[in-house]
Amino acid sequence: MGAMTDATQITDAKKRYSAGVLKYAQMGYWNADYEPKAADILALFRITPQDGVDPIEAAAAVAGESSTATWTVVWTDRLTACDMYRAKAYRVAPVPNQPGQYFCHVAYDLSLFEEGSITNVAASIIGNVFSFKPLKAARLEDMQFPVAYVKTFSGPPTGIVVERERLDKFGRPLLGATTKPKLGLSGRNYGRVVYEGLRGGLDFMKDDENINSQPFMHWRDRFLFVMDAVNKASAATGEVKGSYLNVTAGTMEEMYRRADFAKSLGSVIVMIDLVVGYTAIQSMSHWCRQNDMILHLHRAGHGTYTRQKNHGVSFRVIAKWMRLAGVDHIHAGTAVGKLEGDPLTVQGYYNVCRDTHTVVDLPRGIFFAQDWGALKKVMPVASGGIHAGQMHQLLDLFGDDVVLQFGGGTIGHPQGIQAGATANRVALEAMVLARNEGRDIGQEGPSILADAARWCGPLRAALDTWGEVSFNYTPTDSSDYVPTLAVA
Amino acid sequence: MRITQGSFSFLPDLSDAQIAAQVEYALGRGWAIGIETTDDPHPRNTFWEMFGNPMFDVSDAAGVMLELRQCRKTFPDHYIRLTAFDSTHGTESVVLSFIVHRPALEPGFRLVRTEVAGRSLQYSLESYAVQRAPEGERYGMRQE
Repeated sequence: MGAMTDATQITDAKKRYSAGVLKYAQMGYWNADYEPKAADILALFRITPQDGVDPIEAAAAVAGESSTATWTVVWTDRLTACDMYRAKAYRVAPVPNQPGQYFCHVAYDLSLFEEGSITNVAASIIGNVFSFKPLKAARLEDMQFPVAYVKTFSGPPTGIVVERERLDKFGRPLLGATTKPKLGLSGRNYGRVVYEGLRGGLDFMKDDENINSQPFMHWRDRFLFVMDAVNKASAATGEVKGSYLNVTAGTMEEMYRRADFAKSLGSVIVMIDLVVGYTAIQSMSHWCRQNDMILHLHRAGHGTYTRQKNHGVSFRVIAKWMRLAGVDHIHAGTAVGKLEGDPLTVQGYYNVCRDTHTVVDLPRGIFFAQDWGALKKVMPVASGGIHAGQMHQLLDLFGDDVVLQFGGGTIGHPQGIQAGATANRVALEAMVLARNEGRDIGQEGPSILADAARWCGPLRAALDTWGEVSFNYTPTDSSDYVPTLAVA
Repeated sequence: MRITQGSFSFLPDLSDAQIAAQVEYALGRGWAIGIETTDDPHPRNTFWEMFGNPMFDVSDAAGVMLELRQCRKTFPDHYIRLTAFDSTHGTESVVLSFIVHRPALEPGFRLVRTEVAGRSLQYSLESYAVQRAPEGERYGMRQE
């Protein structure tokens, strides 16, 4: 670490505000003695300073550039209560086993933020500091919000509890599938896939992230055919069914238009993509609250900034932001499927979505406790490369409050889509029943599935087709506090 | 058809031993157990008739199973479900619900499509059994 004299705040006002350039620490953005106040917003950054840059000065720069600082002294600071507005870096520590990387803790006064605006939080905390030259890389690892700030958000429009009450589905994960192929199906063909999946036993079907309104299928045609499929399946099973109608569009006005049409057709759920932006997400959340609609969020695009450990924003931060912004479903990883995520880290995301109070849990990547202030819970969604043969692992990892989405694992079933859906539903119910009976599903899972496959042909065919498939790669994003292994 | 509401409708009908094991699981987690019946199993018929209040203070499954046997005797041609309630803050709702008894014959639902503006349809579900007879006479042989 650099010489402490460099990092000491200059308190003499004349020296402090003389025109020119000072170190960020000298300007007051580093305070090792600072005790965060209960109402502060806290952020933990992982920073990689450029060679020769003192980590304390780098931390001070992060605090400065994410609050009031610019590169040079400005006298106009003296017109303000600038000591309060300055964010304070108050702790810097090397990241275990990662030479050159440091965890840096920064506290922000609540007055720096607009109430009820994730866009404002993001603009402040990740606005420009990630391009800052003295840092090779920076990553926002976690945040803590005081309950006073949490209460300025209305949160999920529906939440896990009310979603289950509306759907009349309790005590087991929900089952879904994404309609495939993603592109090219006409509305009529698309609705066929939806009907078969729901008729076979799924609770939900889902538009994919890039299904909007392309030449092969106008959005109104999709909505019309899908809702016929949903209602027909509901009549055939006596269950409430749904299909996430993706209302993502080029403008907010068009999204509202599509959502209104979904509502007029009786859909229980609409969907948006993360790439619509935080403001649009909050707007859709409010619309859903007004219209008794569940809001599904597909985290399209997140991998561009969440995946690499040294730079970007951790998905646990995005999950926290989205719970505040107010979505009901969020894709949060599978641990066992085709997409990135080590099991403990993924469980950390799930806990952020579902806890009433989140506790510090370093192996799961949770650095801060969080009181959620009775904000509703978000239903995490496990989607991507999972199949019936993994049911015991999925239930063991994620519990009941999750949507398990088997796209290929439903539609690619050798006996057809209905059989694929039935295989998944039977595997799920057999596993929940066994777990509740006190059996150790982690150990006995495969034999529980094999027993059910003796009387359920579709499950037998699913296990024969995919039983051995696993995506066994080392995760890129895992906790720095435990050795990690991918689950086979 | 087979109505597939509830947590375990895709499995073969549960034996009393299997039902009792689920009840033990629920009681072990501090949940109350309700027994509910209906002969109108529309998916949005939330409020089935309670066969007594939910049981809050039972120590093992035997008492619940006794009530369930009594309920089956009273309503042999109805749907019966067990519903578990969790009073934990942040949940305070149903956390498990499964059918434990159903009529021998389930005629199911008719999907009623009403054509409205443009290509839109409005949908409703009609239960054949409910259409056929008033409450209490909808399922089973006795109304024939």
